[in-house]
Amino acid sequence: MTSAPQTSFVLNQRHLLGIEGLSRDDIVGLLDRAEHFVEDNRQINKKHSTLQGRTQINLFFEASTRTQSSFELAGKRLGADVMNMSVNSSSMRKGETLIDTAITLNAMRPDLLVVRHHASGAVELLARKVDCSVINAGDGAHEHPTQALLDALTIRRNKGRIERLIVTICGDILHSRVARSNIILLNALGARVRVVAPSTLLPPGIERFGVEVFRDMREGLRDADIVMMLRLQRERMSGSFVPSSQEYFHYFGLDERKLAYAKPDALVMHPGPMNRGVEIASSVADGAQSVIREQVEIGVAVRMAALEALAQNFPNA
Amino acid sequence: MLSDRRPILLTNARIVDPSRDSDFVGDLLIADGVIRDAKRGIGAAGVPEGTEIIDCRDKVVAPGLIDMRAFVGEPGAEYRETLATASQAAAAGGVTTIVMRPDTVPAIDEPAMVDFVLRRARDTAIVHVHPMAAITKGLKGQEMTEFGLLRAAGAVAFSDADRSVTNAQVMRRALTYARDFDALIVHHTEDPDLVGDGVMNEGEFSARLGLIGAPKAAETVMLERDMRLVALAGARYHAASLTCAESLDVLRRAKDMGAPVTASCSINHLALNEIDVGSYRTFCKVVPPLRAEEDRAAMVQAVASGLVDVVVSDHDPQDVETKRLPFEEAAPGAIGIETMLVAGLRLVHNREVGLLALLRALSTRPAELLGLPGGTLRPGSVADVVVVDLDMPWVLDPEDLKSKCKNTPFDEARLQGRVVRTIVAGRTVYEFV
Repeated sequence: MTSAPQTSFVLNQRHLLGIEGLSRDDIVGLLDRAEHFVEDNRQINKKHSTLQGRTQINLFFEASTRTQSSFELAGKRLGADVMNMSVNSSSMRKGETLIDTAITLNAMRPDLLVVRHHASGAVELLARKVDCSVINAGDGAHEHPTQALLDALTIRRNKGRIERLIVTICGDILHSRVARSNIILLNALGARVRVVAPSTLLPPGIERFGVEVFRDMREGLRDADIVMMLRLQRERMSGSFVPSSQEYFHYFGLDERKLAYAKPDALVMHPGPMNRGVEIASSVADGAQSVIREQVEIGVAVRMAALEALAQNFPNA
Repeated sequence: MLSDRRPILLTNARIVDPSRDSDFVGDLLIADGVIRDAKRGIGAAGVPEGTEIIDCRDKVVAPGLIDMRAFVGEPGAEYRETLATASQAAAAGGVTTIVMRPDTVPAIDEPAMVDFVLRRARDTAIVHVHPMAAITKGLKGQEMTEFGLLRAAGAVAFSDADRSVTNAQVMRRALTYARDFDALIVHHTEDPDLVGDGVMNEGEFSARLGLIGAPKAAETVMLERDMRLVALAGARYHAASLTCAESLDVLRRAKDMGAPVTASCSINHLALNEIDVGSYRTFCKVVPPLRAEEDRAAMVQAVASGLVDVVVSDHDPQDVETKRLPFEEAAPGAIGIETMLVAGLRLVHNREVGLLALLRALSTRPAELLGLPGGTLRPGSVADVVVVDLDMPWVLDPEDLKSKCKNTPFDEARLQGRVVRTIVAGRTVYEFV
């Protein structure tokens, strides 16, 4: 077991509920720590003792494979005891309220709660009712801070910086917590952020989020350094928000022809899970410019950095 | 084909071109399917060899009409009308472009259907045909169609035909999405719940006939809603079938605020009123119903002023079996593509509307709204031209009509004015002899 390094970064707040509220230094501090963990995670022995004896509960009110397993691995590599709870199938079905669940779990004295919920603001509500630290693993269409952090680190490792890069976020901006967290983070670090979507998938007032808004993908991609695709959920692509997956792919799916409008060395990113042939062509998703798999790897490191940063604040730490 | 496209010179004509606000006596030269020149005194000397010279003294030469809403039964209801028969009826009425309703069977709600109709029209129709595509899949008012791909395939506008999209959320999203593709949404504004079982205009007359009335408010309520949604979404919107003074107030307010809103009115609602229903004449049963005389007069006034942009035939062929029924059971609809211009001329002769304003609503405005060539006599534009004798008196015999169905509200009517020649892309497709 490697011991906790002396350089660990302290986040000056009990919870990590969103990118909103983090300072530029907070973000850079988290990214720097995560950078170390990327290297550590490539060693044979990946185990740390930072969270030894601590209990981490992953409380997922919405199905997730990659985020939940990423947090689970992150906690275990830091030495915590990790428990996964998928609430779909248990007490919420029996009518227990969110707050009852929080109070029940709190009584079991966890140190960290990692929470995903389908309602915006639900994680913050829960955080107010517990004594431990809470990490938002995605709340509704509000925030998904660790995703934005891992995206930022992926960009920084590949481009050496984030400042002044043109980042184009394409797709279902309206329903995307990933888009919101990324817009805030990338703006804080000085990137130029663009969004591209049909008007039905843009939230009202988006132009006041500090982004340039495009409805034509080729224009939105012109000279972009980073192309960040978002997932379009199936129930939204059959006439309610867009007419069909065929039409969506034709106008807003990332294929080689559209990607050619971006810079030749532009990175292609996607938070997953992908709908191949809907928002992204397989040839691009698996192509030379894609860093989609790297995003997953870096996700574990970023979550370790987040858990560690909050752990520095624990009572008796 | 090319052989009968020899150049044509229309001489001594009264040339009326609403696209340029011009009305003068002169000559019009057509060659290679294009209008070469339109001015005083081109004369026989100044034209290419082999030019067909046609004396149009005392006749009007105007842009061919663009009928922005007609039902063509192909595919699915070929017994009512085919692309071929509709186009022959159109040519006889001076209509050089038909804009088709999408409520065929199956409906025009996917790109393959647009392609099918365009190919069939190319092979069988003698005038230009452009389909509108459905706003929602299967005209069901629930899921929007592929506006982008449909437009790319050749749909000139989007409409659920004579159905209203009653779900405001669906309509809002459709308008929002349409804006990105600069698609024109053509919407029939009639709240079906408020129409209920109504079969004619609600009022004293329907009460006397003992028929259930449909209130004008059914139209105005839906139009008001749409104006709010357009303000949210910003798409180009066209009210497909306005019929009453109250709707005109709503339209005027929206236009005054600069909303991208336009409107059309059917020739039936300009030329006829509820009294024409008379003793339960089912040929005068249309949707929306014929209104009171005040409303008819207001609609005509709105066409004269340009508040209502477009006049359509609302051509709707119905065979005898569906019309020879008690009024409330009969199918609604009237044919009109062949008589639209003549019925309009009645308003001109009565000095209710000027010739230039009428022709503008029948050609120039629809061309502008749909982005079609035509609607103008400007040199260089497509040679879609109609020659009209404004004064020729005649009595309409339904058997002479080209349409497959004869459900015209003008049967046996005394009419003044007649289309004498229709030219599509430089080729004469109809001639009255």
